Amino acid sequence: MTIRKSTAMIAAITMLAVGACAKKAPETLPPVPEGTGTDTGTDTGTGVIPGSQEDFIASVGAMGDRIFFGFDQYNVDSEDMATLQTQSQWLQRNPAVRVTLEGHADERGTRDYNIALGERRANAAKNYLASLGVDPSRISVISYGKERPAEIGSTEEAYARNRRAVTVIIGR
Amino acid sequence: MFLRPISLSLALLLTAAPVAAQTTTAPTPPAVAPTEPRETIEGTLSNERTVIAIPSLATSSVQTVAGLRTDSLGRQIAEVIAADLERSGLYEPVGPGGVRAITRAEVQAPRFADWQARNAENVVHGFVDASGTGGLVVGCYLYDTALGSELVRKGFEIQPSDWRRAAHKCADAIYSRLSGEAPFFDSRVAYIAESGPKGNRIKRLAIMDSDGGNHRFITNGQALAISPRFSPDYKKIVYVSYLNNRVRVFIYDIASGSQKLVTESGNATFAPRWSPDGTQILYSMAVGGNTDIYRIAANGGTPVRLTSTPGIDVGGSFSPDGRKIVFESDRSGSQQIYTMNIDGSNQQRISFGGGRAATPEWSPRGDLIAFTRMGGGEFRIGVMTPSGGGTRLLTNSWQDEAPTWSPNGRVIQFFRTTPGREGKSSLWQVDLTGVNLRRLPTPQDGSDPSWGPVLP
Repeated sequence: MTIRKSTAMIAAITMLAVGACAKKAPETLPPVPEGTGTDTGTDTGTGVIPGSQEDFIASVGAMGDRIFFGFDQYNVDSEDMATLQTQSQWLQRNPAVRVTLEGHADERGTRDYNIALGERRANAAKNYLASLGVDPSRISVISYGKERPAEIGSTEEAYARNRRAVTVIIGR
Repeated sequence: MFLRPISLSLALLLTAAPVAAQTTTAPTPPAVAPTEPRETIEGTLSNERTVIAIPSLATSSVQTVAGLRTDSLGRQIAEVIAADLERSGLYEPVGPGGVRAITRAEVQAPRFADWQARNAENVVHGFVDASGTGGLVVGCYLYDTALGSELVRKGFEIQPSDWRRAAHKCADAIYSRLSGEAPFFDSRVAYIAESGPKGNRIKRLAIMDSDGGNHRFITNGQALAISPRFSPDYKKIVYVSYLNNRVRVFIYDIASGSQKLVTESGNATFAPRWSPDGTQILYSMAVGGNTDIYRIAANGGTPVRLTSTPGIDVGGSFSPDGRKIVFESDRSGSQQIYTMNIDGSNQQRISFGGGRAATPEWSPRGDLIAFTRMGGGEFRIGVMTPSGGGTRLLTNSWQDEAPTWSPNGRVIQFFRTTPGREGKSSLWQVDLTGVNLRRLPTPQDGSDPSWGPVLP
């Protein structure tokens, strides 16, 4: 029993590690800026216009505007949920703001399929935001497929950063 | 564009007597290509290419028409014929450089011994004359040097600006006569010209002849353009534009420079294809993240939804008889290729094994489907029969994608992407043997080629 249990645990840990490796952007993301996020939606005194893209990034963090996906995947996992919850708090404080959810794929897919895959990813993010109470009519969706990589390169690290859904503020 | 086939019997009367009386009428159309694709070509590929001498076309008198000299055109047309035949992989043209010029009288009375001495089994002769009405008359002849017989005779009255078409028509006649295959050189390609940094590529609609000649940019690059397809009459291009930050299928009218939406929808529409008769368009539409395939009349109307499974059903290509559609779907868990009737009934998976299969394109001959095989870390171009048998992979590179067929179903163009930060896309073609692989010249990087039919 003990042996079987520990084998199962090792397997589970391995799966977690592999899963994380396959899905997430690398750990070297820029640190979240501290002290710039305000929760009031009012002028921060830093010249940032409330409800702007700048304000959004200041609130959610430099990479807080996006969630990442595994290869050919479009499910929103717990880490993504946390990111989207932070976004939804800002969106609910700025109820007049409209956003576009951009879905993207890495370059290791065919063009048309990747547009469809980017649609899936953007809609997965949109649906989760809607489940948190963000009015879906505020959210438009566009897929860029593999047309607009965020990270240039043909490495697994670059692919992981490019399989993404990005929330972009488009105004009020 | 103007090119009119003419009988060369009048031209013959003006010059030397015909060498073979039975050839005074235009040759009959080439025989229907054999149905088994592999046998006709493979036997002649390896170092056994037929040597064809192609001296510059002669002219009766050097004249300048629309700024073009008839003797210079004689040389240029011979160069285009030679390049076409060389690119087919079946022939070894000799000339026009390095071979002696011919006289106008020689065109119908070749000095066969001269060309046999150059080991040429065949020789191409021709002429370029001013028509007297502002145009040109181009004639071309193919001879068997050993038998001393005429195999092909073609004549065209053309606008001077269409001289390349006359060359392609000559090359097509020669290719068809010698190979038994249908012609394909006198055809055009729409594709996407790419420039700028990889993270923010400028992608423009562009068109060119099948050999890269007569290149022209269509869109200015302000809106991202992808996946163009020429209409069968070459008057329109259906493609996807990111105009106004939306993903939508447009039909671009080449003559007027205007474009219209294929269908009004709040959803993304993409992956368009024409029916063989140009009356219908297939496209894919994503609704709430779920993509399905639709068909609509090219001049508008109510779209018909053809697929309804959860997941991504995308792309599609009509069979040449217009009765079936081949498309891709991930309903099984990964991208695979399926066929269905044009009303969406009888959906059947045809690709199995060896990884994912995508971007199917039905051959204009109907006998094969070209596709992108993804597996083992590579994207390769493959072909299989419409029932999914006989899969053969024709290329072997990091990322070859999006095949499109030559009008005769013998050659496939596609685009090749190289990896890395400086990775580029370029247009290539390969024949069905997989041996004859060529890069197509384009002024910028290129992707998403779409090869149209042979021009009339």
